[in-house]
Amino acid sequence: MKVVVDMAICQDHGQCCFAAPEVFQLDDAGKLVVLIDSPDESLRDKVEEAADVCPLQAITVEG
Amino acid sequence: MSQRVVVVGGGLGGLRSAEQLRAAGFAGDIVVVGDEDHLPYTRPPLSKEGLTGDLSHATVAFRRKASVDDVTWQLGASVVSADFTTHTVRLADGTELAYDGLVAATGVTARRLPMDAPESARHVVRTLDDAERLRTELTPDATLVVVGAGFIGCEVAATARILGATVHVVDPMSVPLVRPLGTELGAALQRRHEHHGVTFHLGRTVAHIELADGQPTGVVLDDGTELPCTVLVEAVGSRPNVGWLEGNGLDLSDGVLCDSALRPLAAGGPIADVVVVGDIARFPNALFDEQPRRVEHWNIPTETAKRAARTLVATLDAPDLAALAPAEPFAPMPAFWSDQYDLRLQSFGLPGIGGDDIRVLEGDLDDEAAVGYHRDGVLVGVVLLGLARRFGHYRDLIAAGRQA
Repeated sequence: MKVVVDMAICQDHGQCCFAAPEVFQLDDAGKLVVLIDSPDESLRDKVEEAADVCPLQAITVEG
Repeated sequence: MSQRVVVVGGGLGGLRSAEQLRAAGFAGDIVVVGDEDHLPYTRPPLSKEGLTGDLSHATVAFRRKASVDDVTWQLGASVVSADFTTHTVRLADGTELAYDGLVAATGVTARRLPMDAPESARHVVRTLDDAERLRTELTPDATLVVVGAGFIGCEVAATARILGATVHVVDPMSVPLVRPLGTELGAALQRRHEHHGVTFHLGRTVAHIELADGQPTGVVLDDGTELPCTVLVEAVGSRPNVGWLEGNGLDLSDGVLCDSALRPLAAGGPIADVVVVGDIARFPNALFDEQPRRVEHWNIPTETAKRAARTLVATLDAPDLAALAPAEPFAPMPAFWSDQYDLRLQSFGLPGIGGDDIRVLEGDLDDEAAVGYHRDGVLVGVVLLGLARRFGHYRDLIAAGRQA
């Protein structure tokens, strides 16, 4: 599984950070940081939810 | 024979329901019935950036997971009734659809006030078609009168100012956004709007609308104030679309009363093969208490769809009511945002239930700030003005139910 965030449309809402904190985090400036590009399969449910709650549909889960 | 789930509602809740039914292992037929002509699309931009630039279905359409490629979308079709005893829904054209499982995700409709002008002379902002109509009239020489100083009204006002229009906002309350946010924050947001050139008429209602050729030319308020008006926007809240569920013994007094598994409750207990999703679901949230509430926040359709789909799939697999109650508590963190000018306001939890004890937790309401809403000393909601970097801290505090 590969996580791709289109940073050109991301607006740092941070919804993903709560759905999948292992994978997404806001830094001290409030900007999104993807911690793991290829998360373990055990995180799929959380990562899918992160993609679902993104207000900008900026997150794609591949594979 | 293959089982069929009928999803009534073609918005975010309907889409997520279909996707989550597949994710929960449902392999039968899924039919989604939606009364709009469009496949599911995102609504938040409709009162914000969607009014300023290119707006079409393509710019707001939701992606759909491959798992729902085989879903049947019956669009432009409204369901007028459901019969839980025969397991059928009836469409406006008279056709009946039989179901093994039913998902109610019909959302809300913009509320209308009784006014002395036809609805065609008054805009609302709920659907893509609504927004497309309004957008064409938001020109720099327009004079808007926005009735209602809630989130939609304030967002439309801000967007119209950005576009250069003249904007008046009328509301019977003394402060904008007072009900969801409280007096102090509402007043601070009023100052921001006034700084950007919006004129408020608070404690006022619309008494009369002047029309020419069916379109507004002026608005008279209840104190006699006369406002010029070329575009009238009604933003006075919403009402749940639940009339089609009448006759099945449900509590439809405010949306659909549900248990924490999202099953609708009748006198004899929960209905086994029906679930409720999104804005119309009135459910208890273990994050707060046992009180069922409707929550029209961004993430609730997605969260309730996931929960409801699991409930429904478990029912269809093993229709044994006793075995159905999900073990884990249902405790979604409600969240939404509002963009007004260069300000992003973000809300977590339920500020509305903590309105008696509101504290500025940090910052300055005229700059960036965090406002906490408390019940019995416990933080139940936070609204951030800017301060995105503090988002995680406060959301964690609410989740932990700790005192701020």
